[in-house]
This record gives sequence, structure tokens and C-alpha cells, in this order.
Amino acid sequence: MSRPRPDLDRRALIKGAAILGGGAAISTLLPAWAQSATPGLTSTLPTLSGDDIKLTIGHTPITIDGQRRHAVTINGTVPGPLIRLKEGQRVRIAVTNTLDEDTSIHWHGILVPFQMDGVPGVSFPGIRPGETFVYEFPVIQSGTYWYHSHSGLQEAEGHYAPIVIEPAGPDPVAYDREHVLVLADHSEMHPHLIFKRLKQQGGVFNYQRQTIAGLLAGKDQTLAERIEWAKMLMDPTDISDVTGAVMTFLVNGHGPKDNWTGLFKPGERVRLRFINSAAQMVFNVRIPGLKLTVVAADGQNVRPVEVDEFQIGNAETYDVIVQPTEDRAYTIVSEAIDRSGMGRATLAPRAGMSAAVPPLRERPILPMKDMGMDMSAHGAMSGMDHSQMPGMDHSSMPGMDHGAMPGMAAAAPPPGMAPPRQRGSDVMGDMGGMEMNMLDWSKAPQIKKGPGVQMIAPMPMDRTGDPGLGLESVGHRVLVYKDLIALDPNPDPRPPDRAMDIHLTGNMERFIWGFDGWKFSENPPAYSFRAGERVRVTLINDSMMTHPIHLHGHFFELVHGPVGHLPRKHTVNVMPGGKVSFDFTAEGGDWAFHCHMLYHMHAGMFQVFKVRPVEGAAA
Amino acid sequence: MIRTSLLALALASSATAAVAQAADPHAAHAMPAQPAGPTDPHAGHAMPAAPKPSADPHAGHAMPEPKASSPSQPTQGSEASAAPADPHAGHAMPAPADPHAGHTMAPMEGGQTAADLPVGNAPAPAVITDNVADQVFGSGRMQRARGILADEHGGSRVSKLQADLLEWAPNGDRYSWEVEGWYGGDINRFVFKTEGEGQSREGVEAAEVQFLYSRAVARYTDVQAGIRYDLEPRSRAYATLAVDAMFPYWFEAEGSLFLSEKGDLLARVEGSYDFRLTQRRILQPRAELEFAAQDIPESQIGSGLSTGELGVRLRYEIRREFAPYIGVSYERAFGDTADFVRAHGEDAESTRFVVGLRAWF
Repeated sequence: MSRPRPDLDRRALIKGAAILGGGAAISTLLPAWAQSATPGLTSTLPTLSGDDIKLTIGHTPITIDGQRRHAVTINGTVPGPLIRLKEGQRVRIAVTNTLDEDTSIHWHGILVPFQMDGVPGVSFPGIRPGETFVYEFPVIQSGTYWYHSHSGLQEAEGHYAPIVIEPAGPDPVAYDREHVLVLADHSEMHPHLIFKRLKQQGGVFNYQRQTIAGLLAGKDQTLAERIEWAKMLMDPTDISDVTGAVMTFLVNGHGPKDNWTGLFKPGERVRLRFINSAAQMVFNVRIPGLKLTVVAADGQNVRPVEVDEFQIGNAETYDVIVQPTEDRAYTIVSEAIDRSGMGRATLAPRAGMSAAVPPLRERPILPMKDMGMDMSAHGAMSGMDHSQMPGMDHSSMPGMDHGAMPGMAAAAPPPGMAPPRQRGSDVMGDMGGMEMNMLDWSKAPQIKKGPGVQMIAPMPMDRTGDPGLGLESVGHRVLVYKDLIALDPNPDPRPPDRAMDIHLTGNMERFIWGFDGWKFSENPPAYSFRAGERVRVTLINDSMMTHPIHLHGHFFELVHGPVGHLPRKHTVNVMPGGKVSFDFTAEGGDWAFHCHMLYHMHAGMFQVFKVRPVEGAAA
Repeated sequence: MIRTSLLALALASSATAAVAQAADPHAAHAMPAQPAGPTDPHAGHAMPAAPKPSADPHAGHAMPEPKASSPSQPTQGSEASAAPADPHAGHAMPAPADPHAGHTMAPMEGGQTAADLPVGNAPAPAVITDNVADQVFGSGRMQRARGILADEHGGSRVSKLQADLLEWAPNGDRYSWEVEGWYGGDINRFVFKTEGEGQSREGVEAAEVQFLYSRAVARYTDVQAGIRYDLEPRSRAYATLAVDAMFPYWFEAEGSLFLSEKGDLLARVEGSYDFRLTQRRILQPRAELEFAAQDIPESQIGSGLSTGELGVRLRYEIRREFAPYIGVSYERAFGDTADFVRAHGEDAESTRFVVGLRAWF
């Protein structure tokens, strides 16, 4: 196989198997659906579909905001071609590797036999240079998904693309037009160098730290708060490892200046399929002037819920309906969780229009709650003032799930609309003798002791009712996981046979990440399951970062939902100091399980779910 | 997937529904107060066991604009028949008056969540150690891939070379350096250190190198062991044991013990603190104290605290890894060391202004 060229010739090669985008002439470097000023998928026929699809992985220069950059591409573009499938079909996808290193494709969120899952070393041997590997699997689901490399850090270099699967029956979501929005981050800096820098110095890309100048100006934490955090060696501004200082945030391969534009006609219902394919960045998504009605999460339909903003973790997808009625442009904002930059795109009735781009909001300061010690939430629940309750026994509180306390919810403001935290209020002060050991190994005996574990959350809480980090007080309604309710009845309503905890552990100073204190390279015992058994897994975040955790080959059900309609996901954000429980039905095979922040995964936050027996495996 | 009806999203254009919604945002949301509520919190939730269409969770979602359809997504106009038990009627409505409108309260207001249900206590299976992909692709190819997998998920090795101090003092035309490098994984590393000083015309006056094995033993602590070799003022080898640690409040410190080939025991303690004035301007006080267990006249070292150095440097991080600085450094010899120095015709204390570069890569 010769080295691919980023031009129309290779498109021609694919033609036999693919329906090509009509607008290819505008920009040869992007598939039609990702080109700016696209009328959307309903009129520009998208990229690849059919039963036989061919993909080629190669090196291609790309242009972002007028700047030439190197990328690892699928069929010469970033993002790669949209693959559009139909539930019920069987698809063969031949992937040819023209790189000089191994590559792979994982079909993210797609239920496939384990050997088609695309994780080198777990599900298959990988695709060596010059090789072609043919994936083949039946398509047994519908919705918005994506695919990406599971080799090295290629995903950070551009090796990702969307998948849309049409349902076999009528779609319960009605819409007049749809756009796919692939959110991403891209850096001029090679991902291996980014990783090296993270290992060399904690917080190396953070230029939004607290400063003495800020203290004197009355900004950020008070001195008392800063002293408490410094004592614990925790940085409340350490929100994202890699920031806008070295990243450009993309929408469909377009930088903010490129301003990708999707067209609509006023009054139309427009379905926006958001995919966060960023290597490391969590985004806050909003469209000022439009309500967002979330109709699907991770490809699975949910009961519609109307919000103004949602946070999307790496690898999550959300389908959103908007209905712009005015003849004007709207800005789609995908703001970095640490507010170090934003992706920007436009919805407009005509090409060339644009709307005001809101300024970056102030970067949040992590609260103590993110250490798994809940100070402020008590107050927020009911106006209780703990300082006036000296007799209160905090030691009995760890087991309490405040969010679930009946009657409390009504008093709390809706997610996103909490009053701003008062400056200086986030101190432990005298906790009535409460023992706040941040590294009490007895709390989680399963954790392997070592320098890779910086803290063990003393009081991890269910935070599925919390808006994402930094969205507590944005003044409008923010999506929370508790809003998600499966539209269809859950396929396996059995209660779990057993329960297990998995701790998300790390050391931010050393940039070590793992599960239960193990890096994957240390050969931890695999998480082991019986095929068909139903297990409740509780993910406990013993770090101060949000981790989007992905389980391959399964949908799991978040247990906070109403029985029978638990939201089904393939990736779940676990908030700092928080915990999330899901039930899942184990499917035979070896399945990767990892943090979808690429640099956390690369640092060791990766494991394998082994499920036996495996049907059809030669034993 | 089973879909019993179609859902069209009712948005702003549905004025009548919106009014109804505003009047009672929880209408038909299976509130506990409803007849079915208290006894059956799931009424209308389409439990798998429930008999089908009456529990249709989607009925009534449609459809102010039945004409709305897309070419690829044909939409039939299943009309909104107000199903009494329908928990979702109209829930995609804009309801500015009540942001709770919608179903998010359902699980909270008396609805049972899966979290409330009992969990069995079946034993976990034994840890599985075989690799099922070997049966499909052969263990040879998979073994190679597993090696790469481990390397790429926690097994990487990196390096760092850092000049903490690389500076020149115009007063006396003196220079000095303090450089450290390491290579390895997260736990085990090879560490290289060198420091020294000199004068432009007279050359290097003091220079040492250290080669150490370093092991991370705790969250913020590395223990190091190896050798130190002095090139100037005279060659001498030492066995070295050191601890490099970060302490609460982000205080960085390092302590070393040196046992020379002559049996002399020396110690050194260094500490520094970064005051972040702005995002890129950092004020760093640092101190270094040298101790000796005995007099070593040929090296002009007296027992006890021999020398101390106190400095303050202000750097500007153009990038984190490239920061020029200016500073002032005060040095003093103590006790017998001071006597040795004075006997040598030199000052026991000195203050220098310095310019330098802190850089790493």
C-alpha cells in the first residue's frame, strides 16, 4: 500500500465502497459534513456508508486557524470520515496502516464481538505498518458514536471520527436537519512531548494558578483557604492537565477562527450530535439564545430534558435538539472546563454569518468537596449552618447520600443556578474533631499502597446530581446525570448479583494514574466476571480531577435513575471526590476499561474486564 | 429496541401545551400525590414487567408540528393522545417559570432508584488470567501487542535535565551552576547532579558530580543512593545517601549525607520555596547549609555548620521550562570554617548580585 495523499485521488479510491460528500471541492481536507457552511447531513450526503468500507491511516498535514500542523489522519482528514450505518446491517471495514508504527481502530460505544473491539494487546494484535485488518460485525444498535485509534497517542494527533447509526425502525426523535459536531483538542506540540512535560513538572501547562497578585487583589481563595490547600499539597486550580496554553479547541476540525458553520432554516428542529473526541479536554457546551433539549446520551435515547448548558466528558456523546426560530446566527460554544480556551462554531441561516462570541468565563476554583470532603453541600442543602451545630457528629456522615435525601432536593436551587460560593467559605476550620486524613489506607484496603496514590477520598459522595465542575453557579439550567432517564425500558432489569468498588487513584505531582493504586504496566489482577452476571460497580474518584471512565463492549446503567429506565452509557464522568455506581451485565470477552483522558490512560489508568466463558471462542 | 410510538419534540411553537405546562409543571409526572403515586412510584414508567401500551412512556410526546420530518427520518404523525398515566407529557416544553419542570425530580420525589434496591452478595469469580484473544490471533502476536500495551499504559520512561541555577555575578566576575537530571519510570530513576562555581579568569574553583539511583518511596519523597565525585578543588569520592522531598505548603527540600574515601562525613541541606507573584513571575528564596562531622583543614572545612548560603531570585517564566532570573545571594562561613577561610586571606562572608537562567527540558 502506498503512502496516502491528502487529495481527491484517495477519495476516488474509496468511491467504490462509499458515497462521497458533494462539497468536496470546497476543501479537500475535510469530509463534506465537517466542512464549514454545510447545510447538514440531510442534504449533503455524508461520507462512508454501505456494507464495505475502507479506511486508511496515514500522516497528513492539516490547517487549523490558518496554521499548518501535522496530524495522524483517517482517509486524509481530521476528523476522519463519518461512517453512517443502519441498525441491522452487517459491516466490513478494512483498515490499512500506512504509518511506520502500529495503529488500530476502536468503535467507541459499538457493541461488537471482543475480537473486533480494536484494542491492541487486549482484543487483537493491532495493525502493523503496511497491514490491512478487516473488522466485521453486525450492527445491533443505533445512535451517535465515534471511532478512534487505541494505539499510543494517535488519537491526540487527529485519529478520530464520528459514527451515526440509523435505527432499524422509525426514529423516536423527530428533526428536520442534523449536524454532527466533533469536539476536539489539537496541539502543535507532539503528544509524547506533552506527556513528558506532564511527568516532568506538575501543572506545567496551567497559567491560571493562584498568585500573590491575585490574593492582594482579593481574587480566588482567601489566605486561610490557600494555606489549608497548600498544607495538603493540593492545587485548587489544577483542573485540566493540558490547557489552552498548548491546545487549540476544534469543532469538526475547525479552530475558533475557522468558525465551522452549520446551516438551518428558521423554525426547523435541528439535531446536533455532539461527540467529545478530545484527548484531554472536557467541554462545557452552550448555544447562547437557544434551549438545548437533550434527547440522547452516549447514543442511547433519553427522555427529553431541556437545559441551557451541558458538560461533556471525553468520549461522551449527547444528541441535542435545538429550534432556532429567528433569522440570525447563533454561536456554539465549547468552552474548556478550565476556561483556558474554547471551541467555537456557528449555526446560521446562511453561510458567512456569525454571532457574538461570549468571553471566557472565570476559571473555577476547586472546592473542598472535590477532595471528597463535603463542606459546602451541607449548607446548600437546607441552609443548615454547621458552625452553629457543635454537637453534630460528622463521623457518622460518610455513608449519607445527601443528594438522595427526600425533601432536600426541593429546597436546593436547580443545577447551575446555585448562588455563587462566598469567598472564604471553603475552609475546614474546626470540624468538631473530625478526622480528615487524606490518605487513610484503611478506608480502601484493596488499594495497592505506593507513591502513585496521593489521596483516598475520606467521604466520597454520589455527585450525579451535581453540575459539572465550574457550572454550579452559571445562572442557567445545567444538565446533570440525574436528569438522564432512558427512553426505552432497560433490557436487563435484574438487580445486581454482587457489588464491587473500583478506586480511581493518582498522584498529580508525579502524574501517575491508575485503578486501585495499580498502573496497568504493573500487571494488576484483571477485574474478573462471569458471563451474564449482573454486577454493580462503584467508581470512587480518589483524585481532584474529573475522570471520564469508559468500559468497552458494554452499556452500563447508572443506578441513580428510576428503576427500569436507568440511563445507559459507555462512558461516565466521575467527579473529583465523587462516586458513581453502575450496573452492567457482563458480556464474554476481554474488554478494555480506562480513563478516556488520553494522558491519564497513557500514565497507567487502564485495566481489563475479563468475562468468562466467551461464547464461540475456541477453547 | 422496542419503540411503541414516535416522539416528536414539542418546543416553543407548542403554545397550548406550554400553557398547560406552565400551569402545572408536574402535570402527569407521576407525582406521589397522584392516586397511583404512593403505592406505585413507577406508574407509567414502563417497567419491563408492566403490560405494554398503557405504560407507553412516549405517548403524548408529539407533536405540535406533525409535518416536521426529515427525508431520512420519516416521521409519522402519532397524535398526542393525552394518556393519563403518561409521565412525560409535554416535558420538552420551555418552562421558564419552573426550571424543575420536566422529569428530573421523578427519582427524587418518592420515585425509587436502582440505588435503593438490594444488591446480592454472590462471590466474585477467581481472577481470570488467560487472554481470550490468543485463541483467535495466536499467542505470539498477542504477546508482542501486550508488551506494547503495557509500555503505553504506565510503562513509559522519561527524562529531565534541569538547570536550577546557571548564573553569573558581575561583582568579581564569578559564575556558578546547579544542574540535575534524571531518567526512568515513576518509581526507579537514575539521577545525575552537578554543582560548582568558579571565576572567569581563574577557572573552576569547586565542582562536583553525583550519580545516584533514586526510588520514589512515598507520595512526595524520593530516596537516593550513589556516589559523589569532587573534581575541584581536589578529586575525592564519597558514598552518598539523599532524600528529596516536597513538604506541606509546597516546600521543597533535599538532604544529603556524604562519606568520603578518607572517612570524612559531610552533610548538606537545601530548601526552596516558590512564591508565585503572577502567572510567570516567581520569587524563590532558597537556602543551603553545609555541615561536617570533623575538621578537614585541607578543604578549609571546620566541624559543625561550615557554610550557609541564602538567596532570593526572581524569575520570569517565558515558558515554564525557560526562565531568566535576577537575584541576590549571601554566603557565609561559620565557626572553624570561617577561621580557615580567613587564614586563607578570603572573606568569611559575601553578598553577590546574580543574573541567571533556570531552564529544563
